[in-house]
Amino acid sequence: MSRPEDILPPDLFYNDSESRKYTTSSRIQRIQNDMTHRALSLLDLHSPSLILDVGCGSGLSGEILSNTEEEGTPGGPHVWIGFDISSSMLGVALEKEVEGDLFLADAGQGVPFRPGTFDAAISISAIQWLCNAETSEDSPLGRLSRFFGGLYASLRRGGRAVCQFYPKNDEQKKMVSQAAIKAGFGAGLLEDDEGTKNAKTYLVLTVGGGDLDGDITGVVRGMDGVDVMARPGAVRGAKRGQEAKGSKVWILKKKEQMERKGKVVKANSKYTGRKRRVQF
Amino acid sequence: MKLLTLNFLTCAVKTCKSSPAAFPLHPRDATLQVVETELNLAFLKNMLPRLMWDELRVVADEVCGFLLSFPPPCFPCFPFPPTRSDLVVGGEAGAAATAEGEEEVEEVPSQTAQDLHRVLLETTVHEGKLVCGNCGHEYKVMEGVPNFLLPGHLV
Ligand SMILES: C[S@@+](CC[C@H](N)C(=O)[O-])C[C@H]1O[C@@H](n2cnc3c(N)ncnc32)[C@H](O)[C@@H]1O
Ligand SMILES: [Zn+2]
Repeated sequence: MSRPEDILPPDLFYNDSESRKYTTSSRIQRIQNDMTHRALSLLDLHSPSLILDVGCGSGLSGEILSNTEEEGTPGGPHVWIGFDISSSMLGVALEKEVEGDLFLADAGQGVPFRPGTFDAAISISAIQWLCNAETSEDSPLGRLSRFFGGLYASLRRGGRAVCQFYPKNDEQKKMVSQAAIKAGFGAGLLEDDEGTKNAKTYLVLTVGGGDLDGDITGVVRGMDGVDVMARPGAVRGAKRGQEAKGSKVWILKKKEQMERKGKVVKANSKYTGRKRRVQF
Repeated sequence: MKLLTLNFLTCAVKTCKSSPAAFPLHPRDATLQVVETELNLAFLKNMLPRLMWDELRVVADEVCGFLLSFPPPCFPCFPFPPTRSDLVVGGEAGAAATAEGEEEVEEVPSQTAQDLHRVLLETTVHEGKLVCGNCGHEYKVMEGVPNFLLPGHLV
């Protein structure tokens, strides 16, 4: 199947009829819901927070963010602000009377909020679009750098962002992750159903500061707790050598494994594997 | 767009990035709308230290005629800036009593919490524009949705 990004720019692809078709498809609803819940579990929120939704579309994720804890949203109900480049998508969100605020904007132009605005950010199935530069005066790298630079600044220290996206290939996966790291994020990639046609890639980003830091080891560790490293055939807890899980040696080994798998790993430092006062 | 969001949104134009005058954006020719929502006390408490109160006052003043038409005349009246205990009936004492109580008693939002909720989360700019105090760029608002798409040379 061809990728929509290769056919048209997003605001033209997601026109009125496509936006409606997208939003009313029960298959799409189910998939986007699942991914939103997965992203929420990675954000690890414990109380009502202010969340940015990048490429919010018709608000499928937003509706989940607005739900209460009893309805299955950890730390909810959250307050969210979403933006999208497609006015048709936002139009559908308006019709549905979603609770979040909406605005029309291009993530490749930046994130116009004052520093430290958001507790967290979420983006579901959107940022692969940034890799297609539509004009001669703009490049994917420029767009990615404005986006991640703005996103980084708009998050409070200790905040997190989770971006599920559909990388075209490993090169694109790497380009996106590297752009995030360059902006200052600690970054980790999580793959669900790796190698299948249902594979889902989540870029998990942390902002250092306060008691938390943006060190990727924290993310890797958090991810291991949710079975991130699980691959077909990998036996958790067994045959992993002598090192205590979470120890420096263990982390270094894990990072090496990750690197071999082509994932983005932050350089080791004297801080790698040190005790943190606050655990993710 | 909620006044809450306007307490965080800045001008997107490249040359306004480091300019203090690029925040807050100023509503002009604004039609406001009140959209009632459930009060979320934990959220309000979370947001307190992050709000810019002088700027909130500026924006609220700019849409003032509207706010003043509300009974009670809410905005300029509550303790400024409010603390967490101002948001709960009985303040600190109320919260402490709650903690000591046998069973968990739910905290009751104070009038201040209700006023703040109304201003931040229920008062929205529905039509009009948002104007940057630095470069003068106007962001058009339609059906509550501002347009932040910029021509290439401003990015
Ligand atoms: C597959 S939809 C996902 C929508 C929503 N996140 C969801 O999960 O239902 C992708 C969305 O990304 C938006 N998008 C693409 N490029 C964008 C950009 N540069 N800035 C903002 N949004 C963009 C599209 O308009 C579209 O609404
Ligand atoms: Zn400006």
